[in-house]
Amino acid sequence: MKRKISLSINGKPYTDEVEPRLLLIHYLREVAALTGPHIGCETSICGACTVMLDGRAVKSCTMFAVQADGREVVTIEGLAANGTLDPVQEAFWNEHGLQCGYCTPGMIMAAKQLLADNPNPTEREIRHGLEGNLCRCTGYQHIVNAVKSAVAKAGV
Amino acid sequence: MATTITKPESLVGKRVRRQEDPRLITGTATYLDDIKMPGMHHACIVRSPHGAARIRGIDTKAAGERPGVVAIFTGKDIAGLGAVPCASSLPGLRVPHHHLLAQDRVYYVGHPVAVVVASDRYIARDAADLIEVDYDPLPAVTDPEKALAEGAPAVHPEWPGNVAFTFHQDGGNVEQAFAEAEVVVKQRITSQRLIPTAIETRGVVAEWRSGEHSLTLYSSTQIPHLLRTLVAGILGMPENKLRVITPEVGGGFGSKLNVYAEEALMAFIAQRIQKPVKWVESRRENFTCTIHGRGHVDYFELAAKRDGTMVGLKLKLIQDLGAYLQLLTPAIPTLSVLMMPGIYKFKNISADITGVFTNCVPTDAYRGAGRPEATHGIERMVDILAAELGMDPVEIRLKNFVGNDEFPFATATGLTYDSGDYAAPLRKALQEVDYAGLRLEQTKAREEGRLMGIGISTYGEICAMGPSPALPAGGWESATVKIEPTGKVTVMTGASPHGQGEETTFAQVVADELGVPMDDVLVVHGDTAVVQYGIGTFGSRGTAVGGAALFYALQDLKAKMKKFGAMLLDSSSVTLSGGHCVDPQSGKSVSFGEIATAAYHAKRLPPNTEPGLVATHFWEPPNFTFPFGAHLVVSEVDRDTGEIQIRRYVAVDDCGKIINPLLVAGQVHGGVAQGLGQALWEQAVYDDNGQLITGELTDYALPKAHLMPWIESSHTETPSPVNPLGVKGVGEAGTIGCSPAVVNSVVDALSPLGVRHLDMPLTPEKVWKAIEGGKA
Repeated sequence: MKRKISLSINGKPYTDEVEPRLLLIHYLREVAALTGPHIGCETSICGACTVMLDGRAVKSCTMFAVQADGREVVTIEGLAANGTLDPVQEAFWNEHGLQCGYCTPGMIMAAKQLLADNPNPTEREIRHGLEGNLCRCTGYQHIVNAVKSAVAKAGV
Repeated sequence: MATTITKPESLVGKRVRRQEDPRLITGTATYLDDIKMPGMHHACIVRSPHGAARIRGIDTKAAGERPGVVAIFTGKDIAGLGAVPCASSLPGLRVPHHHLLAQDRVYYVGHPVAVVVASDRYIARDAADLIEVDYDPLPAVTDPEKALAEGAPAVHPEWPGNVAFTFHQDGGNVEQAFAEAEVVVKQRITSQRLIPTAIETRGVVAEWRSGEHSLTLYSSTQIPHLLRTLVAGILGMPENKLRVITPEVGGGFGSKLNVYAEEALMAFIAQRIQKPVKWVESRRENFTCTIHGRGHVDYFELAAKRDGTMVGLKLKLIQDLGAYLQLLTPAIPTLSVLMMPGIYKFKNISADITGVFTNCVPTDAYRGAGRPEATHGIERMVDILAAELGMDPVEIRLKNFVGNDEFPFATATGLTYDSGDYAAPLRKALQEVDYAGLRLEQTKAREEGRLMGIGISTYGEICAMGPSPALPAGGWESATVKIEPTGKVTVMTGASPHGQGEETTFAQVVADELGVPMDDVLVVHGDTAVVQYGIGTFGSRGTAVGGAALFYALQDLKAKMKKFGAMLLDSSSVTLSGGHCVDPQSGKSVSFGEIATAAYHAKRLPPNTEPGLVATHFWEPPNFTFPFGAHLVVSEVDRDTGEIQIRRYVAVDDCGKIINPLLVAGQVHGGVAQGLGQALWEQAVYDDNGQLITGELTDYALPKAHLMPWIESSHTETPSPVNPLGVKGVGEAGTIGCSPAVVNSVVDALSPLGVRHLDMPLTPEKVWKAIEGGKA
């Protein structure tokens, strides 16, 4: 029994009939044809699927698409406005905060949430703020540098 | 035309941000699961829940009736196809026939038994649950030492005893060395099974074009060309009808340096159903079915003089192979033997490897692949010897290092170390931490009852894999450079990078050699229809072998460009600099773009010169390279909880010449994180029945951001004479240098309690027990 959902993704309206069991990550990737949010574990551990739901970072692999009905989703694709990178994206680039890039969209969304909650975090706060997102390439140090650098750019 | 040509600033050695990043930070890169095709179907694999069992029957009826299911395949359907290949050969090696799907028996949890193909991935998964497999469970064995014991269950019934191979190597005269030694220390040291855990799991898309009888296979792999050759072999199809495309790869660390059953299965299925088919591994499948790393039990004996001079080393190495031999499974422990003397000058060794079958997923190359095990062993043994003799671990290392005047240095294991200054990184690390001051602080801490430790590892590694005689299928690498008619440059590298950043470092090399802006250079890789044959990225070889091939291709092109430049300038001799050809006599010049246009328009040609500006170079390295370094760890252990705090982590690595310090730092950090993971947290745990207890990320302790210490990374730079770039490779250094430094530090902290050795991972429970044991 499919259900009709309507939601906004990166400012665009979407309406689709979906199975109630369809995961939000599969909706975003298979139905809305996005490539930014990734699937890494399906158990809410790795955070590669992190997106913003009504302004809060969530792991889209462990919620259903129907739970996003009537809500607003922002993915990594929605960050760069008119071709200008978000300062956090720019900082990840400048500081080499990624290698294979697979965790990066989720990591950047988690970093956005962290900075929204705490615009001037300490290194310890950055590390704890990102502990729900796994990266196997960088050892996290350049990611920490990227967040620090985004803070410095914002002039907080 | 006379102009002043200023040579642009060299980019090699500069901190340059990466060319590949814009697509990655915007979510617009194409990874395997982003590939979609009209009519694409989805496969789901039914896998064994048992470590060992006989298959009495498979009932696929209910699954087949499920709407949307188009095909189901079981062992009988693929019995005529080739096996999953093992490319390693050792004398007497027992290679089980590794069918793509289980036949009448399963050998490990996760063993593929059936494949369901459906129009949708949810339907495929539903249908897989409807397949009934009737198993007759059998006794399993998962511990390699238990597998060797009398009466152990035979993993493969035809080979009771579970020995796949034995391998002996010696050098010098180890028996005489031990007879003349004044002290011998012995220790059993394990390097536990690890799960590589690339954040992107494996995945395959296969597309059959019936009109052309050709197949395109997309796979998240480190070795597109080798995969093409080997899958063509499994399927019995002409290699030139198979195209392998590697999309963006989300991490490999060795786990994608392989040929897996699913790659051949999807290629086979796409032909059978005449539709594109996709399979993407779940995380649980990734943990149970993609290769694991390490899995050593090592018995070391180190012989020395009382003054600390090491004279000989013996090793009995038990390698947990798992149930099957994947591409390089049996070769990995032989790399451990090659590096067992570390960077010390003693010349007497003996090693005996026993490769053991267990009811586990196969082990194979995981970051470091045999060398972390070797380095962990020798660096632990050096510390155990130092403790035995009451010597400082620094002093004993300095006494035994190969000297700077001894390169090239022939080792007891038959290698030739290319270049080195082994004391330099150690001295630098000591200076950075004020070693003497730290030891004083430690004395004071001990007086206060605190458990503070200082641990050092001075590692050497064998990289830039490698000369062809040392590898099963070629150790060279290839590069093609095309200067397009507009002067843009396209590089095609046979190395297939997946996060290492060669799209950037190679562009830096090209920019310096040709004098063009980096942004004019495009590096293409990972498509066998576009890129000439190559070997791939593993064994810290991408830049050290692939970059050297690129360098030589560029030299060929530069020579050709100079011929065109000389023709255009009517000169007998020109120089090529800053993107221009210059006649030093007249001062006249022509630009890079003008030469490119002339070479393709070909209105005139220099003598004996063909049109176009394309060069391909296949480069065979004359030797491996041997990076080295010193890692120093200051730790403090909580007496009450056994928790370890890493107070300082200092890494001084010498990877030869550095092309991009930003990327080198990234490699070191990532390598150290994986080394720390092994030292402190990670372990693949199987129970006695063959269940993988750490079967999800919920149970396998991967390093997280808040657990990592700040890594103080710096370098010494000793160029390698092996390749023209002077680079040595840095992909695995962090992992190799890390674990012994951590364990040496913690054992040092606990040494007042009489603790002499601890095996990894150093969980709080294990450390707490050691503390409690020490008190008693």
